[in-house]
Amino acid sequence: MRPNIIKVGFLRGGLEIKQFMRQRESVVFTLLFPVMLLFIFGSIFKGDLAPGVTFSQYFVAGMIASGLVNTGFQQLAIMIPIERDFGTLKRLRGTPVSPISYFIGKSILVFVAMIVQVGALMGFGAALFGLDLPNTTERWLRFAWLILLGSICSTILGIAFSAVPKNGRGASAVVSPIVIILQFFSGVFFVFSTLPQWMQQFAALFPLKWLTQGMRSVFLPESFATQEVARSWEIPQIAIILLIWTVLGTVLALKTFKWSDK
Amino acid sequence: MVNESAIFVRGLKKTYTSKANGSKDAVAGIDLDVKSGEIFAILGPNGAGKTTTVEILEGYRDRDGGEVKVLGQDPAKLGNDSWAWRNRIGIVLQSTNDSQDLSVAETVKHFANYYSNPRDPESVIRDVGLDEKRDARINTLSGGQRRRLDVALGIIGNPEILFLDEPTTGFDPEARRAFWELIRNLRDEGTTILLTTHYLDEAEALADRVAVIVDGKIVEVSTPENLGGRNTAKARISWYENGAKQEIESDFPAAEVTKLVAKFGGEVPELTVIRPSLEDIYLKMIGQL
Repeated sequence: MRPNIIKVGFLRGGLEIKQFMRQRESVVFTLLFPVMLLFIFGSIFKGDLAPGVTFSQYFVAGMIASGLVNTGFQQLAIMIPIERDFGTLKRLRGTPVSPISYFIGKSILVFVAMIVQVGALMGFGAALFGLDLPNTTERWLRFAWLILLGSICSTILGIAFSAVPKNGRGASAVVSPIVIILQFFSGVFFVFSTLPQWMQQFAALFPLKWLTQGMRSVFLPESFATQEVARSWEIPQIAIILLIWTVLGTVLALKTFKWSDK
Repeated sequence: MVNESAIFVRGLKKTYTSKANGSKDAVAGIDLDVKSGEIFAILGPNGAGKTTTVEILEGYRDRDGGEVKVLGQDPAKLGNDSWAWRNRIGIVLQSTNDSQDLSVAETVKHFANYYSNPRDPESVIRDVGLDEKRDARINTLSGGQRRRLDVALGIIGNPEILFLDEPTTGFDPEARRAFWELIRNLRDEGTTILLTTHYLDEAEALADRVAVIVDGKIVEVSTPENLGGRNTAKARISWYENGAKQEIESDFPAAEVTKLVAKFGGEVPELTVIRPSLEDIYLKMIGQL
């Protein structure tokens, strides 16, 4: 009987987390980098965007959303080509393990890293910049599914994109600019509604814009929704767009995933 | 199971094309029959096509021609059942550098989860001689220990066929001997082993049969004892006489020596009788002598 694919996926997740925790640099970088950015931006922009909405409040929403993209998409699109170079994937290919189990393992790693990262950001933000945490159960629930769906979507797109870089050395140069441009276009560093319209429309094609908007709906007061481009948080649209990208990413990942460089 | 072909290959071809060199036949029509339960060595110089051949058998590479069956299945056409086939084979690749931050035991135990009928991880760790290193991180292992771990991961699934690609490159002599013993034990437990090596002594010490491969073609398949007609080759007898070294070749060296003893009335000056060594024969085969 074939070992259960999901169970093996969870075992892989445990192993990935163990390996991640033992690489001190990656732990520190993943956890500290967003906190550092929050510190820098929070120190530069002190004003309020709207009554009761500090820039830090707005920025934390963007940082959590872009954290999902950094920890999932960016990290995996760089790490998987390196694993290919090291022969990790070639060895796995020689075993009966399913690519699905490998994908599940990566999703678990990203999800757990995200939870720790979000905890650090919120704790730091609340302690230093007077960040208001979500105040209703509804918002916490929305926050939870956004993190979960966002992690899975970002992970699967990172796996799909990992077929693009030729090798581990060049991966960062291919992947990082895409992420940074998307961050600017999606309203992570600036208020989205103030961006040029073409930028907004371009960003609306990709998940980061929607994740950022979803996080604003968690962290900003209900009244701020009227300042969105669509005059609303568009929660159902967010869920639909993330689901579409997740399905698209899964199809792509299964089709293009390369265990080794032939 | 005995005497059934575990690996069956006819007319295997693989061509690589590169801008610099045009197209080159890495494998130029190879036939192989590896019987169940034997250690079969593919011996040849670097670049002869050993790894390409083995990686086609392992399902890593596509081929350009010929017929391949491993455990009755074509590795290029596995489809949805590929896991079941991979469940029955074990692969030790040429060099890997993965899982640096895990311990030996963590890694071996984890890989056991991939297979439907794995060996006991603790006994596998013991069998490959990594008992004392079971809790050591992989990045602290020596080259030889690392290779033993590779073998542990290759056999953890209790495979019917084990592929070993140049398993002892970089080993010290003692580690090689211990490694050979491990491989023999696996054979004695019924595992079919296909091994590539460029070490002649390794093929001689381990293999039941050897295929010598040069420039993508098989030059000969034989037992190590009979390779290149070594068992029937003429012996070379040399001695010192009339101020010079004398030499003859003969199928009956004892008779020749008896004649020489009679001629010299006792000791023959500087007498030697030699048969060609496996190395002489091998070097002749690969065109180096």
